[in-house]
Order: sequence, then structure tokens, then C-alpha cells
Amino acid sequence: MEEYAGQQGSTIEAGDEENESSGSIATYTAGLGFALLLTGTSFLVSQTNLLWAPGVPAGLAVLAIAQMGVHLVFFLHIGTGSDNTNNVLALAFGVLIVTLIVAGSLWIMANLNTNMLPASAIMEMQR
Amino acid sequence: MARGGEGPAPVRIVVAYGFWIFLLSDIIMFSALFATYAVLSGQTDGGPSAHKLFELRHVGIETLCLLFSSYTCGLGILAVGRGHMRGFYLCFALTFVLGAAFLGLELSEFVGMVAHGAGPSRSAFLSAFFSLVGLHGAHVTAGLTWLTFMVAQTAVRGPRDFVRRRLLCFSLFWHALDIIWVALLTLVYLMGAR
Repeated sequence: MEEYAGQQGSTIEAGDEENESSGSIATYTAGLGFALLLTGTSFLVSQTNLLWAPGVPAGLAVLAIAQMGVHLVFFLHIGTGSDNTNNVLALAFGVLIVTLIVAGSLWIMANLNTNMLPASAIMEMQR
Repeated sequence: MARGGEGPAPVRIVVAYGFWIFLLSDIIMFSALFATYAVLSGQTDGGPSAHKLFELRHVGIETLCLLFSSYTCGLGILAVGRGHMRGFYLCFALTFVLGAAFLGLELSEFVGMVAHGAGPSRSAFLSAFFSLVGLHGAHVTAGLTWLTFMVAQTAVRGPRDFVRRRLLCFSLFWHALDIIWVALLTLVYLMGAR
């Protein structure tokens, strides 16, 4: 069993040892630095009174999306390499579905919320 | 590094691709709960609102724990790739400690909220909050269990190729939890505490 596993490792996956696209210490440290910077900015933006209040949620959303991008590139190594095309396509599909679910739910529920009669009016109609 | 006519892709690439598909499906599941929370976040039924409940300092420490655990996890994968087993064990021990600290802080937050009458049954907002944040916490718990098993397996079987592929999958899972936390932190805590 042990022997077999070892053999499998050496034959099928030959050449798999090096060229691991899992980055370097510098990549991870840069990613951590960017992530800390963006998180810190998010906390500042959410707490300060200096910014125009209605714009703050949009700013926070942009910062969050930027940080997700940083995590994808520096930690998950979703990049532009030719090994990576499938991963990027799958990610694009995932983003599409997530957008449909979140934006669609918010849209439909907001629409229902504005078009629905208040409970008192429904009682009135049933009389 | 074109792989056009060079035959099938290496096993490591295929395994990582499959696991990435799983992670994306997991993120899609989370997106349903995010949508639920976004719809229900204002429905407090006269109970405590997000503004009153959340303490940003607490959440900031949780975020730092998770970020640094992601970093040490990545360093651990690099160490095992280079055969530095001592560095690997050190990094994964740190990852475990930071992940457990995150979980402890989150649980203490939950316990405090329930003790103050803000449990999941209080309002639609709190139901959505506990489902979303609780599911992320459950993922972290699963991740910590997986991490423990992987360290044991690495100790017993050595850093073979199949062990390293599993370690790679674990690191992808751990980093993906961090991405979900970024969305959660922004939508639930930062926007809620304003």
C-alpha cells in the first residue's frame, strides 16, 4: 500500500514537484499588507464623520470588492497564467450567479415591499 | 508555461480546479444567505438593531485573527513545498491558534447577544444574522477539524504528493473563508454599525 502510493507519486505526477504556482513568501506578505490596508481603510471609512454619509456604503462596497480581488490574486493565486484559464472562467460564472441571486432578491423584495398594501388596508378590503 | 499539446494537465492542477468549483458552489450558497440578510436587516420587530448590537473593536480583532491565520496557512504550504517540515508545523499550529481565537471571540459575541435577549428568535434581522454569521463560524469549525486531521496525516505519511494536494485544498478552503468574511464584515458589521 505504502509502496504503491509512493510509486504513484513518482510516476504519474513526475515533474509536478517544482513550478508550483503557489507563490512565494513575498506574494503572501504583499497580499497581507494590501489586505490589512484595505481592512483598516474600511474601518476608518465606516467610523468617520468627515465623509458624505450617503456615499459611505458605496465606498465600503468598493473597498470590500478590492480586498476580495487581493485575496483571490495573492492568496488563492487566481491569475492570468495559462494553467489558470479554467479557474478564471469558473470564477466568472460564480460571480454571475452570485450577482443574480443577490441583486435579483433585493430587486424583487424591494418591489414587493413598495407594491404591497399595508396590513390595515388588506383588513379593510376583507370586510 | 503553455500546456497545449503536452498531454493531460498535472494531477495537482486538476484537483485544485475541482476543489475551486466546490468552493464556488459554497460561495453561491452563502450568497443566498447574504441576500436574505440584506433583505431582512431592517426588520427588527422593535428589538435591538444592528447599530446597538455590534462592537467594532471586537470585530476588528476577529478580522485580524482570520487575516493572519490565512497568511500563516499560506506560509505553511510554502514550507511543506520546500520540505521545511518544522516551519510547516509551526505555521499550521499558528493557523490553528488564530482560527480558534476567531471562533472563541465569535462564540463569546453570540453568547453575549443571546444573554441580552437578542437571540435568533427575537426578530427576522437576528434570525438572518445568526444564520449567516453562524454558517461562516461552522465553516471555520470544519476548517479547524480538517486542519487537525491534515497535520496528523502529514506527520504519519510524510509530505507525499497526495498529502500535499490535500494540504493545498485545505489552504484554498481557508483562504475562501477569508473572502467570505470580508463580505460579511462589510455588509453586516461595518454597514450595520453606522
